[in-house]
Amino acid sequence: MTLTLRALLGATVSLTLAGAAMAETTITVATVNNGDMIRMQGLMDDFYAKHPDIKVEWVTLEENVLRQNVTTDIATNGGQYDVLTIGTYEVPIWGKQGWLASLNDLPADYDVDDLLPAIRGGLTVDGNLMASPFYGESSMVMYRTDLMEAAGLTMPDAPTWADIEAAAAAMTNKDGEVYGICLRGKAGWGENMAFLTAMSNSFGARWFDEAWKPQFDSPEWKATLDTYLRLMTEYGPPGASNNGFNENLTLFQQGKCGMWIDATVAASFVTGADSTVADKVGFALAPDNGLGKRGNWLWAWSLAIPASSTKQDAAKTFINWATNKDYLALVASKEGWANVPPGTRTSLYANPEYAAIPFAKMTIDSINSADPNAPTVQPVPYVGVQFVAIPEFQGLGTSVGQEFSAALAGQKTADEALAAAQALVTDEMTAAGYIQ
Amino acid sequence: MSTQSSRAAARLMLSPTVILLLIWMIVPLAMTLWFSFQRYNLLYPERSGWNDFANYTRFVASPAFMSAIANTLILVVGVLVITIVLGILIALLIDQPLWGQGAVRILTISPFFIMPPVAALIWKNMFMNPTNGLFAEASKFLGLSPYDFLGQAPLASIILIVAWQWLPFATLILLTALQSLSSEELEAAEMDGAPAIKRFWYIMLPHLARSITVVVLIQTIFLLGIFGEILVTTNGGPGTASTTLPYLIYKEALLDFDVGTAAAGGVVAVVLANIVAFFAMRAIGKNLEG
Amino acid sequence: MARHVTTRRKAINTAAAWSVAILLFFPILWTILTSFKPEAQAVASPPIFLGFDWTLQNYIDVNDQRDYFRFFWNSVIIAVGSTVLGLVIAIPAAWSMAFVPGRKTKDLLMWMLSTKMMPAVGVLVPIYLIFKTLGLLDSRIGLVIVLTLMNLPIIVWMLYTYFKEIPGEILEAARMDGASLASEILYVLTPMAIPGIASTLLLNIILAWNESFWTLNLTVSNAAPLTKFIASFSSPQGLFYAKLSAASTMAILPILVLGWFSQKQLVRGLTFGAVK
Repeated sequence: MTLTLRALLGATVSLTLAGAAMAETTITVATVNNGDMIRMQGLMDDFYAKHPDIKVEWVTLEENVLRQNVTTDIATNGGQYDVLTIGTYEVPIWGKQGWLASLNDLPADYDVDDLLPAIRGGLTVDGNLMASPFYGESSMVMYRTDLMEAAGLTMPDAPTWADIEAAAAAMTNKDGEVYGICLRGKAGWGENMAFLTAMSNSFGARWFDEAWKPQFDSPEWKATLDTYLRLMTEYGPPGASNNGFNENLTLFQQGKCGMWIDATVAASFVTGADSTVADKVGFALAPDNGLGKRGNWLWAWSLAIPASSTKQDAAKTFINWATNKDYLALVASKEGWANVPPGTRTSLYANPEYAAIPFAKMTIDSINSADPNAPTVQPVPYVGVQFVAIPEFQGLGTSVGQEFSAALAGQKTADEALAAAQALVTDEMTAAGYIQ
Repeated sequence: MSTQSSRAAARLMLSPTVILLLIWMIVPLAMTLWFSFQRYNLLYPERSGWNDFANYTRFVASPAFMSAIANTLILVVGVLVITIVLGILIALLIDQPLWGQGAVRILTISPFFIMPPVAALIWKNMFMNPTNGLFAEASKFLGLSPYDFLGQAPLASIILIVAWQWLPFATLILLTALQSLSSEELEAAEMDGAPAIKRFWYIMLPHLARSITVVVLIQTIFLLGIFGEILVTTNGGPGTASTTLPYLIYKEALLDFDVGTAAAGGVVAVVLANIVAFFAMRAIGKNLEG
Repeated sequence: MARHVTTRRKAINTAAAWSVAILLFFPILWTILTSFKPEAQAVASPPIFLGFDWTLQNYIDVNDQRDYFRFFWNSVIIAVGSTVLGLVIAIPAAWSMAFVPGRKTKDLLMWMLSTKMMPAVGVLVPIYLIFKTLGLLDSRIGLVIVLTLMNLPIIVWMLYTYFKEIPGEILEAARMDGASLASEILYVLTPMAIPGIASTLLLNIILAWNESFWTLNLTVSNAAPLTKFIASFSSPQGLFYAKLSAASTMAILPILVLGWFSQKQLVRGLTFGAVK
């Protein structure tokens, strides 16, 4: 009954607002080609039933192409999109530039206080909510329970890097094409550097000190990279320097990885229908070294409205639909709770039905243990767990990522890669005016 | 033979093309030149103004610059050598009498029709991938350990992919040229007892010179701009092992969104491309006369 | 063909030529085969060549996710549009260079080709700003203009080398008969030039169809062609080889079939005046 009432009310409101112009509004929504987004496109009937006056035009792209197209458009004020899918990296930067419309005035049923505090904090700029999270993720350890058992080991819920290394050694069987650990190696700020930056936090390393001086010459970074290279060369799969999220997911689903440390959203894929090891997967928090920070990140794919959009009302209506609690219930009713976009709302984790899912608790614990505003052991001048929220980071992270992937491919030593990273970051930061 | 009026008509007919291409060349080039001296980063709209040669020094002094130039040249020359050598061999083979010549030609030409991003995706995922690729399966079958193509030999792998795309082009031009070679000349040489190698070297190769020139010219123009294949397969890495000049500019333009430096890179690339073109033209230009 | 060879020699040639041809074609064949496999069998080890569970599911999935025909029509309109526009502009130019050559004709041709030397990525932002000002972003007409200009030098050159092979005496004869310039072009030149124009058309449709920088960066949805279609399948989550293969097959098949059927004309056109 409340639904009909709300729909009626909504219709009246939009009628009054639209006045004479009852014409259909078409909004263009740019999104990444991730499973949860694709699923949303299949559920649009529900949206059209509630909002017959709005038509949604989808632009679905691979992450990097999307980022290029959307950034070019918003920075030149092109005005081609009405809703953008962007991450916790872009929101603070774009929000500060005044490129995004504030979402403070979403209707009451959006229930902004239900958003997970860590995620909401990452999407708020100067007290204004600039984007609404569609799904949030941290990273965690996914491991093969059967292989651990065969090796006579148990995985603690909160392992250390030493535990990980011991487990990797015990599970590796290269002749049988089982590799103890699979990690990202493909160069890119959102690929290997997302993992390595988060990992470095647990080793006490940081990108910059408080005067923006790069820290790749520190013993903490050396320890991070040495551990990573040792793990990957001794227990990792061949060709790891080209493996990103998706390559590793494929390997894990085929049963070729003993452990995989990556995004929490992968949990529903490795336990899903495509996986040959679906019933043999355990989860643990990302490892630490006892220094107070774990090696996990925090990210939220979020929907935002460019300030240049001329259809902001329709765009807000859409964002409210796509990121509301009702949307979670809608997905659950059609596809089951395991397929609900995770990591955005407190109420989801309070729901007993959702808590029964094997990876629910580990996901929320991982998200809660990451703090974008204090990501490292030592103080830093920047925000962001696995990134540094400054515009230069895309280029910097990718260049440094190339050095580290060269080290993984065996073309450079760890020392050479770190020295090259230190030099190029120092150059860029000096040119950009951070270092006086 | 031409009269005044036909000359005027000719000029008139030529002018749309020339004017359009002039605009197409001058407007972006002028804007690029202007931007190359500006502080202009899409992500920092508030920072602007004249920047002297800072963008140029930044681009040229970047540690990847020299290796990018070397990689660009290696890529272009590598693909040219492979396509021309294999192109001649395949053309010689297809030119022989054989059954199903039409079908053979259709299969051989096919790679030329494939979109570059699709070609790169196919090779990367289905062939060169060291765990699931067919090459890895083949090495496992032979009892060898799989080779990590894109990690260990990134530039060579990209050359292989690009050469696969352009081999049909070279083969077809060379094949058509071979077919136009008069068979009497060859037969006369054969009667004289000239061995096959000599016939190839002294009769066929000179006949093919003009076609090879055209292959070099057209392919160089396209190959100098290649970066989509690199973006899909290796992202220019590992390190800078497969970063070419266009890829370096891409990085400035679409990762750093530093329009100023990317513009400077564009200008540098145009200058270098024209130097290459100038020498190439002089070296091979006489083959195009007549 | 005056050369006589033994059947044995011919058999060896045939075997060798077919091996090379199949080797070159194999990546495409493998993609097409993979597109009919269930995802799990697409990455099976050892690989399954033909004995898999044939399915059309990948095509259905891909088409469910993206409306293939919208991208397809945009590709057709952009490729054909830019080629036809290019021909309209280039035919007079090539004609005049071929029949009324000046001292600078060769230099002019080389200059035209040199306009292709500018790396596209270096001028993206200038072009993007111009397009924004003119309201051409995400419009088919905008892409038609860019691709026309991009391929114009190649079109002019191909036509030029073709027209040059038409003997000038025929034109002289026509002029003696008092034919006007217009009828000279219409009745004498056109019939002789048709094959050349046809092969130029084909090659440029292929080049425009496969262009994947401007089409990716200047479109959003209304004008998005198949290159954009592929960009949304290149790295999805989960097993994706079979779906990627299906999307790839859908993107390349139209032009592959066109190329096969027009192979003879295309081959002639590809020679760029290299063969005398």
